[in-house]
Amino acid sequence: MNAVISQLPPLLIVVPILGALLALLLGKWKRSFAYPITLAMIGFQFAVSLVLMESVMDGEVIHYYLGGWPPPLGIELVIDSFNSFVLVVILALALLTAVWAREGADLDIVPEKRVSFFVVFQLLVTGLCGMAVTGDLFNLYVFLEISSIAAYTLVAAGRNPRSLIAGFNYLILGSIAAGFIVLGIGYLYIATGTLNMGELAVMLPAHYGQATVYAAFLFMMIGFSIKVAFFPLHLWLPDAYTEAPAAVTILIATATSKVTAYAMLRVIFSVFTLQYVTESFPVTELVLIIAAVAIIAGAVLAIAQDNLKRMLAYSSISQMGYIMFALGVANQAALAGGILHIMAHAVMKGCLFMVAGMIIYRTGFTAIRQLSGLSRRMPVACAAFALAGASMIGIPPTIGFMSKYYLVLGAVVAGEYLAAAVLLAGSLLAAVYIWKVIEVMYFGDVHDEDLGGGLEAPVSMMVPVIILAASCLLLGIFVELPLEVVGPAAAMLLGGD
Amino acid sequence: MIPGILPLLAITIPLAAAGLIIATGRHMNLRDSVTLGAAASMVMVVLAMLPEILAGGRIGITLVPLLPGGDLALRVDALGMIFGLVASILWLLNSLYSIGYMRALKEHDQTRFYFCFAIAIAAAIGIAFSANLVTLYVFYEVLTLITYPLVVHVGTPEAMQAGRKYLAYLLGGGICLLAATILTYTLTGTTEFIPGGFLAGAGAAALSLQVIFLLYLGGFVKAAWMPFHAWLPAAMVAPTPVSAFLHAVAVVTAGVFGVVRVAGWVYGVDLMADLGLGVLLAVIASFTIITASLFALAQDNLKRRLAYSTVAQLSYILLGVSMLSTAGLTGAVIHIPFHAFQKIALFFCAGAVIVGAGRENISDMKGIGRKMPVTAVMCAAAAAGICGLPPFCGLVSKVYLSIGAVQAGELALLGVIIVSAVLNVAYFFPIIHTMIIARPSDDRALDTVTEAPLIMLVPIILAVTASVAFFFFPAVPFLDLAEIAIADMSGAGLP
Repeated sequence: MNAVISQLPPLLIVVPILGALLALLLGKWKRSFAYPITLAMIGFQFAVSLVLMESVMDGEVIHYYLGGWPPPLGIELVIDSFNSFVLVVILALALLTAVWAREGADLDIVPEKRVSFFVVFQLLVTGLCGMAVTGDLFNLYVFLEISSIAAYTLVAAGRNPRSLIAGFNYLILGSIAAGFIVLGIGYLYIATGTLNMGELAVMLPAHYGQATVYAAFLFMMIGFSIKVAFFPLHLWLPDAYTEAPAAVTILIATATSKVTAYAMLRVIFSVFTLQYVTESFPVTELVLIIAAVAIIAGAVLAIAQDNLKRMLAYSSISQMGYIMFALGVANQAALAGGILHIMAHAVMKGCLFMVAGMIIYRTGFTAIRQLSGLSRRMPVACAAFALAGASMIGIPPTIGFMSKYYLVLGAVVAGEYLAAAVLLAGSLLAAVYIWKVIEVMYFGDVHDEDLGGGLEAPVSMMVPVIILAASCLLLGIFVELPLEVVGPAAAMLLGGD
Repeated sequence: MIPGILPLLAITIPLAAAGLIIATGRHMNLRDSVTLGAAASMVMVVLAMLPEILAGGRIGITLVPLLPGGDLALRVDALGMIFGLVASILWLLNSLYSIGYMRALKEHDQTRFYFCFAIAIAAAIGIAFSANLVTLYVFYEVLTLITYPLVVHVGTPEAMQAGRKYLAYLLGGGICLLAATILTYTLTGTTEFIPGGFLAGAGAAALSLQVIFLLYLGGFVKAAWMPFHAWLPAAMVAPTPVSAFLHAVAVVTAGVFGVVRVAGWVYGVDLMADLGLGVLLAVIASFTIITASLFALAQDNLKRRLAYSTVAQLSYILLGVSMLSTAGLTGAVIHIPFHAFQKIALFFCAGAVIVGAGRENISDMKGIGRKMPVTAVMCAAAAAGICGLPPFCGLVSKVYLSIGAVQAGELALLGVIIVSAVLNVAYFFPIIHTMIIARPSDDRALDTVTEAPLIMLVPIILAVTASVAFFFFPAVPFLDLAEIAIADMSGAGLP
């Protein structure tokens, strides 16, 4: 292992935290300094994540002991194929969101708050990186709280007074979730005396039958389910996504939800292992049922919405069901599909929320029915919406189709035909809620003629949208590239190598 | 030259044209010449592959590895060539016609129209040349989605309603096709089209193979078999060139093509017979032929009557497949191009009447043949062709189908063909009578009627001429191709 690369994991966290401090101090002096520093820091993190992914692609795993203290005393950072992939995905999205937010943030953030907004933004991203790289359960909780508290703040940061209420609700439910998680971690510590994930995985089998471990598992599952807004514990999400500043919605819907889903999969498969959830405490069947309900219920609720952002929020609830579906099926194809869907959903939902934000930025419209004839004024944005929407439905050859295919394939291989049918039906429902928007955008009459023609958003907002929309298509056609990482990652979670 | 560059070119030409159409959207003439140029060069590319295919060869290329058991791959064989020829030649005719039609009616959003058209044709060619189920499915879904803006082009509430129906049926069908593809893959580990089929060796239970076939049939809802045909008449709200595209060039053709492909290259004729799927298909097809013909009788709107006629004619192809014999399959396969050439002429005529006379209902068309002689005569000729009268190619496929029915010893099927022929005459003759023989209701009724512009008449005449030519020379090239295709799918030799 290259000596430089092995030192990178802590830098992923430490440098941006110092950078945030720098941005705050320099920003106090001159407001315009904050944004470039944030952008540079996230760019740095993205570059580091690419290097890390490159170096673990051959199946190698990087272990880093903080302060040189090996576990169980010290905290361990671990980079393997699964989390390096998640890192690249969320940092790419965070970087694009940061680019988008250069002008997009002005929509909801008053100029005096710009500095603190970007500082907290960067802390959120860094907290997420911490969650992804840590190999220590309590450390995971700490980073989860860093990112969550940053997220509560950001949701409430908008001009819109309702964002305060949404942020408050998110804070309450998020804290309840955190309580569950930390209790679960505590029980595991009681049972085993360690907090290191790798050691837990080795020591837990001896304690599988214990009530403490059952309780720990259930508590952590409930906590994570709230955090990822897994139906029916999703109640904070629609308001938070709808009322939060546009840039924050994009970041939370793509990066935060994905890392939380990652953490959940990680705890289930790397701490408790597949054997525990299928044999000692068979919950996969139950998870599959709830996931199926989530897919359908989220989509049906999305169809019922008239507010574009709220519709996309409910769509997220449905789509998180896809990832949980992978957990419920728990075989190679389905998990590969689930991990692929982490990327797919981040890319397409990021694009859709960005377009929704651009529409508000240019027209102030939030309701779907107001978007009548918008394709004539914002042709590029609407085309991006259509492409990402097609991916959301799962039209080939987009990336959304690829993850759906693997999920269905996994379900069929596992003999879960009904679940496969539900997943396919879910994509038809997705067609309904996406098409509601496309119909209005492209075939509605133009109402307010006085708004005039060219409403296309500024370049800094347009570039990330175009990149994401193109990714929906290109990642689908060249799906081999992500699969090179996703396949081994799924195999690793299942316990093979 | 790299082998396989030609099929790739056939897809990239319309895709590149789509980009150019957007880029040149502001300049109407430039934009429309892009469409025409692309269509002409695509015909040449497809024709360039013809000699190789007629010699029994295949041209293949693997583009990217997409899914396990299904790379994105193209392979041109005789059956694909038939669809490829139909789609590319008729796209050229349709483009000529569209330019006349869209300009004459001063339609809005013409750039979007031509853009979608170009991508749709790329998808159709992709279906024709697909080497496996996954590739077929990919292009099939693209075709569904990209034809939607064409169907709802006028943007009225009625059109949007029809568009929703269109999407619901076709996306629903797509889901069935995806499910069938995945199930086939899990049974066999491949989705590659193999002459003679590959499911027979899977060792799967008969029931599950039958269920999968039902899923395939559901997937090929584009073939508009009853009772899942309602999307096709609903889609009649589209501009006439779109109707022609749906009915002749690509969409329904893709549906029946898919059925033939799955029957011959996934299941194989023997397995189809063992599973009793021929009987199933025969029942569906017979029911559709008779019912749709009766429905056609009841329509006064010309385009709707033609739509039901298409529903019935498509089931001739399914009927031919259901016979699982050389004659029946030959009839089915050649009916794909022959029906397409005749039906496109009929739709072109219906559009010419809309442009020249502004009329859509048959009852309003009394005597318009006096002012629109070319249109009326061509309409009569194409209708005669569909009815199976000489000297038009429709007769050729019907003869093969009838021979197939007799050979199979299924006189009931022959009965269906005969009854349907009578019904065809019953719903087409009144149109011809009204247009040419009947007197206009009053003298002033025809004052505003003029013959359609030349650019619309030329494609009509070409299509009708082609259907006459195919009567005299059916072997060039469709019957020859069909023979190769059927030899391909039987391998062991058919009864």
